Amino acid sequence: MAQQGRHRFIRKFWVIVGKDLLLELRTKDTWVGMLAFVVMVIFLFAFAFGTDRSQVRQTFSGILWLAFLFAGILGVGRTYHHEMPEEALVGLMLAPGERTWIVVAKMSVAFCFMFGLELVASPLFFILLNQPWTGRWAAYLAALALGAWGFVGVGTLLSALAANVRSGEALLPLLLVPLEIPVLITAVEATRAILATPPGNPWGWLEGLLAYDVIFLALPLVLYDYLWEV
Amino acid sequence: MTKRDWWMWPFLPVMWIACYLNFLWSPDDAQLGPSQRIFYFHMGAATVVLVAYTITLVSSIAYLVTRRLSWDRWAAASAEIGTVFTAMVLVSGILWGRAAWGVWWTWDPRLTTTVILWVIFAGYLLLREWSDNPERRALYSAVVAILAYVDVPIDYMAVRWWNSIHPVVITSQGIAMAPRMIVAMFVSMAALLYLFAIWMAIRLRLLRAEAGLADIKNRLFLAMQELEG
Amino acid sequence: MQHVQKRIGERWVLSDVSVVLGAGRALAVLGPNGAGKSTLLRVAAGLWSPSGGMVYRFGRRGTPDHTASDPRVGLVGHQSFLYPALTALENLMVYGRLYGLSRPKVKAEAALERFGLRWSANEPLKTFSRGMKQRLSLARAWLSDPELLLLDEPFSGLDLEGQELLTGWLAEHRRRGGAQLLITHSVEEALKVGDAVAILMRGRLVWWGSRDAADEDGLRVRYREWLSKGGIGSFASFGSS
Repeated sequence: MAQQGRHRFIRKFWVIVGKDLLLELRTKDTWVGMLAFVVMVIFLFAFAFGTDRSQVRQTFSGILWLAFLFAGILGVGRTYHHEMPEEALVGLMLAPGERTWIVVAKMSVAFCFMFGLELVASPLFFILLNQPWTGRWAAYLAALALGAWGFVGVGTLLSALAANVRSGEALLPLLLVPLEIPVLITAVEATRAILATPPGNPWGWLEGLLAYDVIFLALPLVLYDYLWEV
Repeated sequence: MTKRDWWMWPFLPVMWIACYLNFLWSPDDAQLGPSQRIFYFHMGAATVVLVAYTITLVSSIAYLVTRRLSWDRWAAASAEIGTVFTAMVLVSGILWGRAAWGVWWTWDPRLTTTVILWVIFAGYLLLREWSDNPERRALYSAVVAILAYVDVPIDYMAVRWWNSIHPVVITSQGIAMAPRMIVAMFVSMAALLYLFAIWMAIRLRLLRAEAGLADIKNRLFLAMQELEG
Repeated sequence: MQHVQKRIGERWVLSDVSVVLGAGRALAVLGPNGAGKSTLLRVAAGLWSPSGGMVYRFGRRGTPDHTASDPRVGLVGHQSFLYPALTALENLMVYGRLYGLSRPKVKAEAALERFGLRWSANEPLKTFSRGMKQRLSLARAWLSDPELLLLDEPFSGLDLEGQELLTGWLAEHRRRGGAQLLITHSVEEALKVGDAVAILMRGRLVWWGSRDAADEDGLRVRYREWLSKGGIGSFASFGSS
């Protein structure tokens, strides 16, 4: 019985993840929007600050994460976009399995988008802003993954709220940006340490980021329980 | 004001006493001179901020559990007033910083976390402003208030965890100030908490009246529809 | 359902509603806007937990927090609960998988066939008309073969053929022992489906009788009477959804 129940919950998770990816494949609105935005930001920074290698070096990790931050708001903010027009969320809630799996699936999809974007956009940043790669892969990937994770917990929760509020699209960045400042600070500092010559120690910053990630994953998971009844 | 508001009147003498203690009775600081006097209301306002946002947190949790809109009104009133006091803390801090550090603003952990706090709660107030269904507004703002409150303990501990240039006055070793300054600080704190209590009472009354008015409008609308139908 | 009450904020949308529904039976609940019909359905579905009273489904008390839904309950709502960007077939396949059907594609095709949507299987939902959307919504509910079927104005938007498909399905569903709870504001529809009819006013069931007890005209007169007495439910509020 328990075995079968467990199986059923995991099914709910995978079906929703698969459905969201299929929707994205059809509409392409989240992914294309995010990527186009990031590329545009690279161009803007290149025009605004020039591409002088040593000059950009000072601000490079800041530029990188600022672009990810805005693209993340754009992408994570659309988490419940497809659920709204036909109240599809009600159908998901009625389907067998715990409601928490809907949330976990939404967070996982948001993480995939965010992390995928960071992976694709990073080489573009290095190439277009003339930065040599001097860092360590493992640490850099850890910074990207933890940074993406930092967006997912609060971001999906707030996007659920924003989807139901008048001018929600204007409200989301207002609420999300201040809550993401710790992610920005720690991720920028960690990345700076990773890319520095000689390389610094990023792990202190990454541990701080991990602590944030854990708190802001646990808190939304608890709060979601109260959100279902609206 | 009505008879039951008698407790509000002693506020005036209390505030006069606080001002007298702050600006005349307490001594100048040995190094900073008269700019020290900004500190008393700065500290008092910061205390109010802590109390106000804690009330918002507790009321928000209470709302989530009980779903009574009166809790939501407590959370809203307290957050509004708390945000005004946070602005007061920031402005007085900027003035003091100019005198003590020679700059208007510096990105010190304490200052940064305080300004983040202010921005988050400003977003909270906008969320309230922009939602029209009272139950949904109450639910969503309760959730945001709980997320926002995470910054409060961080703000409080910022000077203790990281090497901040913001002074720490009250430590486990006691209070690092002259006795008269300590008196002035506590009286200011009491005066501003008193102000907060009065403000809360008035704001809550107003919010209750607003809710009542909306309810009457609602009933009137329905009654008129019934008459027409 | 016994003595179910539902409070939303400060308003009691449902006060003391009791409904018993046996297998193979259908109850139609009539009521004006704002009477609490949709709330009743949501509580019955387990989407919302009651503020007071108990909800029993299939003889067992609903889990107190209602976090795990029962696959034997099917709901046809105002909205289709589907995705505009996906095709009809894909939408149904998503649902088939959610309910763990063994061959989702075959079953989804059968559902489309059943509700006359075979030729639109690969069209995205956003190109559908109101009536086709409603048909797809019915196909979605049919797919999971629920024992308890909850219907919120299921006839809305359907053409004559669609209405016949729906009544046909509902009759078959009852014959096989399914239970149905239908809410509507149309006396005609209530009598077409329900073998018992109840009138819900301001969150209370004010009248209740079997289909035989009320012919169409009699019921219509009674309903009018109650409408003029109660008017629009005073629990409704404008500006809230």
